[in-house]
Amino acid sequence: MPRLVVKRLTCIRGFRPVFDDINFELQSGAALALTGPNGSGKSSLLRLIAGLLHASAGEVRLEGAALDRSIGEQAHYLGHLDAFKPALTVDENLTFWSRYLGAVAPRKSAPATMAALDSVGLEGLGSLPAAYLSAGQRRRLSLARLITVPRPLWLLDEPTSALDASGQERLTALMREHLAGGGLIVVATHGPLGIECTELQLGQPAPSPHSPSKTGVNALSSGEGWGGGSESARTGGTPTPSPSPQGGGERLSVRGDRGAQA
Amino acid sequence: MTALTALIWRDMRLAVRVGGGALMGVLFFLIVVTLIPFAIGPDLALLQRIGPAILWLGALLASLLALDRLFAADHEDGSLDLLLMGSAPLELAVLAKAAAHWLTTALPLVIASPLLGLFLNLDTAAIGAVALTLLAGTPALTCFGLIGAALAVALRRGGLLLPVLVLPLTVPVLIFGVSASNAAIVGPVGFGAPFLILCALTLASLVIGPFAAAAALRHGLE
Repeated sequence: MPRLVVKRLTCIRGFRPVFDDINFELQSGAALALTGPNGSGKSSLLRLIAGLLHASAGEVRLEGAALDRSIGEQAHYLGHLDAFKPALTVDENLTFWSRYLGAVAPRKSAPATMAALDSVGLEGLGSLPAAYLSAGQRRRLSLARLITVPRPLWLLDEPTSALDASGQERLTALMREHLAGGGLIVVATHGPLGIECTELQLGQPAPSPHSPSKTGVNALSSGEGWGGGSESARTGGTPTPSPSPQGGGERLSVRGDRGAQA
Repeated sequence: MTALTALIWRDMRLAVRVGGGALMGVLFFLIVVTLIPFAIGPDLALLQRIGPAILWLGALLASLLALDRLFAADHEDGSLDLLLMGSAPLELAVLAKAAAHWLTTALPLVIASPLLGLFLNLDTAAIGAVALTLLAGTPALTCFGLIGAALAVALRRGGLLLPVLVLPLTVPVLIFGVSASNAAIVGPVGFGAPFLILCALTLASLVIGPFAAAAALRHGLE
């Protein structure tokens, strides 16, 4: 079963330290929520894991998965940009990515894309050019890409943005299904997601380029939908990892520069 | 292999649908070639002598037209991130994009060149020689252009920089393309030697271009 290990990861962008010394492990079937203020490095961490940014120090490993493939080849990255061409139809866009990312044979891809469009609520829009989709519909199409090509690790950057209530429900259902199948999810978010996940709060950005950031990881909490326990961990300054209601226990070990003190 | 053919098909579809692809290049080629006789006057003998050079210059400039959007468009809408996350090596993905670009922009130029050769009073043998050298040489133009297109991704407004970066690299291709055409028309050198060097340049560019462009794209990740 795959296991994501991040060790002493440091990110410097534009000579400014974004975060340093991030450590965690994520077991198969677990989700990690990245929280923190704007500019705290949530997106940078996701892109680092995906291999789309170079780490200044530290390492990211996906253990127990195919050794001959990089993490990027085993991960889905859902960022702010959705990588769909306005001139191509919804079907063509989705078929292209399923063939490019998953090497799905053309013969088999048609039923798969149909099913994926159905499951994200875009049925009947397959022949519409992607230019005519709304922001929420484009986001749903991005979710369809996650389903058509099975990959163990999902890296989601604010997946709920632009989604309506039913879209968010579908997203929650998709994430539950992925976790139940032994997948891993790392998600940067500002709101509750409705899945059981551990929280990793990234610190404030460094105030000036000359003072190195020592605000790696502040708090750690765990629980369904971030209940009261995690609130107190974030605000009270005494991070007490609360065991998950589902009995999953603490899956995540986070160690910052100064331990887990806020 | 499925991944790369899918990429080629997608890029060809986009080039045909969005415009700025096949037809624009050919129209630009036509305009450049048509303007030259206005500039140098209706001297048929002169036109015949410099005809191959004009056709080569026109094709060179026309092949640069759509090049700056080759990776920039994919960078802006996030496709480039996902192309990096595919199982195909980035070098091959870049080569697939180059193939699609060549098929949609350079191949129409090769096909149009015999017609434009008639405008310049070239005889049949010369027209054949120019079309053959263009067919052999335009892949090199595309592959050297890849390097500039990949470098332009990281730079804002890199479109203006692109010809400055790419055109010096294409000088050897231009020299041997035109000299092979001239050799076929007037001699005294045989057609074979410069044509084979042109083919060698194309083969070398097929290797150098994708590797250099992939390195530039990886370096430009931010």
